[in-house]
Amino acid sequence: MINVTINGKPELLDVDPDMPILWVIRENLEMTGTKFGCGIAFCGACTVHLNGQPVRSCSTPISAAEGLEITTIEGLPDADGKLAKVQQAWIDAQVPQCGYCQSGQLMSAAALLRDNPDPTDDDIDAAMSGNICRCGTYPRIRAAIKAAARA
Amino acid sequence: MNKWSRRGFIGAGLLGGTALVVGVAIRPGNPVGKLAKDAALDGEQLINAWVKIGEDNIVTAIVPHTDMGQGALSTLAQMLADEMDADWDKMNVMSAPANGDYVSSEMARHFVAPNLEVGAWLEPTVDGAFQGLASMMDLYLTGGSFSVRSTGQKGMRVAGAAAREMLIGAAAGEWGVSAAEITTEKSRLYHKASGKAADYSEFAIAAADQSLPAKPTLKTIDEFKLMGTPAPRLDIPTKVDGTALFGIDAQVPGQKLAYAAVLAPPVPGAKVATVDDAETRAMRGVQHVLNLGEFVAVVADSYWHAQQAINTVTATYTKTPTDDLDQAGMFQIFDTALNEAGDGGGDTLVDVGDSSDAFAAAAIKVEAEYQVPFLAHTAMEPINCTVWFHDGQAEVWLGTQAPLRCRNAAADVFDISVDDVTVHLLHMGGGFGRRSDAAMVTMAARIAKEIGGPVKMIWSREEDVQKAAYRNATTSRFKAGLDESGKPVSWDNIFLFHNDPADAAFVPYYDIGAQRVRALNDVELPLPFWAWRSVDHSQHGFFVESFVDELAHAAGKDAVDFRLSLLGNSPRFATVLKKAASMAGWGSAMPVNHGRGVALVRSFNTIVAMVADVDMSSGSPVVKKVFCCADPGFAMNPDGFAAQMEGGIIYGLTAALYGEISIKNGAVEQSNFHDYQMLRMYETPEIAIEIINGNPDDIGGGGEPGTPPIAPAVANAVFNATGIRPRKLPMAGQAYSV
Repeated sequence: MINVTINGKPELLDVDPDMPILWVIRENLEMTGTKFGCGIAFCGACTVHLNGQPVRSCSTPISAAEGLEITTIEGLPDADGKLAKVQQAWIDAQVPQCGYCQSGQLMSAAALLRDNPDPTDDDIDAAMSGNICRCGTYPRIRAAIKAAARA
Repeated sequence: MNKWSRRGFIGAGLLGGTALVVGVAIRPGNPVGKLAKDAALDGEQLINAWVKIGEDNIVTAIVPHTDMGQGALSTLAQMLADEMDADWDKMNVMSAPANGDYVSSEMARHFVAPNLEVGAWLEPTVDGAFQGLASMMDLYLTGGSFSVRSTGQKGMRVAGAAAREMLIGAAAGEWGVSAAEITTEKSRLYHKASGKAADYSEFAIAAADQSLPAKPTLKTIDEFKLMGTPAPRLDIPTKVDGTALFGIDAQVPGQKLAYAAVLAPPVPGAKVATVDDAETRAMRGVQHVLNLGEFVAVVADSYWHAQQAINTVTATYTKTPTDDLDQAGMFQIFDTALNEAGDGGGDTLVDVGDSSDAFAAAAIKVEAEYQVPFLAHTAMEPINCTVWFHDGQAEVWLGTQAPLRCRNAAADVFDISVDDVTVHLLHMGGGFGRRSDAAMVTMAARIAKEIGGPVKMIWSREEDVQKAAYRNATTSRFKAGLDESGKPVSWDNIFLFHNDPADAAFVPYYDIGAQRVRALNDVELPLPFWAWRSVDHSQHGFFVESFVDELAHAAGKDAVDFRLSLLGNSPRFATVLKKAASMAGWGSAMPVNHGRGVALVRSFNTIVAMVADVDMSSGSPVVKKVFCCADPGFAMNPDGFAAQMEGGIIYGLTAALYGEISIKNGAVEQSNFHDYQMLRMYETPEIAIEIINGNPDDIGGGGEPGTPPIAPAVANAVFNATGIRPRKLPMAGQAYSV
């Protein structure tokens, strides 16, 4: 049994301890906002926060989250369901195309903005280059992060 | 099928009777009630095949296309809403159900086929739609950058205008006033003189009884309210909160899913000979290990268990003719074929003037050969499909560019009628051409057939990179002659593999008197071909515009001036090129070790020019800025169009710098994003986009035309900086010292 808190809710999970967080949240908890992209931590589509830090959930076993707090895209809005500033900035800049990588992009961006409210281009490059977008939304992601920082 | 009531008459039209389908009323009980059942919920009235008005006054556009991220669904809704005067804040859009009635032959003939400009890879399906074989129809397909310019212009706008006229007619009858006195705005009807007003929904049912406008009046450009504006995309809010459901997110209501991982033979054409699965069967969660001949499947209680288990399978495969082939050997085969074709062989595609005589007499002769490798699509969402066969019916869940092809594939596997297949359409996590195939449905259905219950098949990224179908590798050779003044007098090009669009290698807009283009198609490709964003333009854009740059250099002329000197008969091309050059400050001083390159490509009826600013200080190209000017005739949603240009540039830049699928012993060498590299944030250039609405009566596509010009623009910039001409892609890893 694994004890974790997911988006503020305690969960007692009867799963293999070595199963990656990604598949526990997608299949056992049926929260499908977090995506599978590569399985080797190279694309960032599966990014979630583990105690506030962005991690690649496809390559992080659920046992590593024992006693810790996992935040997924579903947990990014506030308690009233109001979108986080960074999510609203994504809408305003019309960032997503296919949208598949965007949960991971948003989780990386949210962590960046929490730690660094006014990121430079280099800061954005460093925080966001682990997330691949095949549709090529990078210029709009950059613009949205800057807009969220100003908001 | 004779003596239909008007309502029935319309239904017959949908089933293949008449040409008149605009504003068609579809109601439960009429011959095409099946569509209403699939598309409309209780309390909703289908006004016609493209528009539905709910009791809540929400207007829904029902479109025969799916969205892979290009935004076409939203733009099609925008076109319909504008003609209908619908309220954009109360607008909805959905892909049509995968139902043969929806794409019946007459609808196809009337709205999709006239002036249809799609590649030949679509033509056979379009022709098929006219043969009256509904069960074989495969038309409901998204590709060829044609949603807006064809379905939008000829379907959505007409439907929206017709629906509006029918609503006005119904209100005029009820209110006892002249239709001419009724105005419409934001999904409401007004009669100013009497002060009467109503929501569209109040007249939805009565409108369906109105006679059909034979030729609804379309708005002129000065009347557009939504078309030509950056209306926010309808799908974006669900893509920032994680609620958008993609194929891989499919759930089967009330059922526990099984999960399948698959392993196909490494060399295409091979079959699975033997499977050693002793270890596999003992692993956690494993329910089935299946040798299905074309592939092995492991079914388990979770995808992770299934994938872990299939990683332990040891299989052997049957022999194929390409088991010993490697990349160099493949290009050697291409060279041999081109050598054998010589000056006279191959299929002649263009033959204007006498290029051989003109070349022989030319003062300056230029020859060059270019090469590109295979490319994988690698959409971010790995290939997947969920299938459940029960009670003689098949249900399929996936994101696809070709819903009817998927429906037919499932019907084939279960040997049932296509009427007994339901395709549940979910978002696509990228398509780029890859999801216009239905092989994933065949595979998932075969697994479902073996195990009985519902199953979700997910390909690993490694399967997606190694066992897919690809943009083909090819070689292209050019010869051109210039006169003493540097003016080109002959153009001669021969390449392998002529796919689509048929004119991808042609340069009729360049004023060169003698042009000949030939193709060789009788060489076997060692990996299967499938359309990849911009299809043949993806390689010919690089070949043609690199060679034009070589000619400019041989002529001793500036690359922009040289092209302009050939565009005297093509003013739209010249305007686009000049704009891109001025955006880039063409001719101004560059930082040390930087180079500038230009390229001009027309694809899918959109003209695009790009200038790339490339830093060669490291010896490998770092693209700093891209200036792009595009003329699609008219951009229905300029922000969405610009997003497609940005995305097309980045997709093409990934290919230009890194894209290479190579073969060794007949198998793909790359396997995942560590060795099939994607462009990332830190190396993405600044991109500036300008749009020219050059001819609103001649609209081009948006999804693909941004891709072809970037590779030659960058290659020409590398030459500008280093004097070394990149004639092979990808560029990264090759040495270009400044």
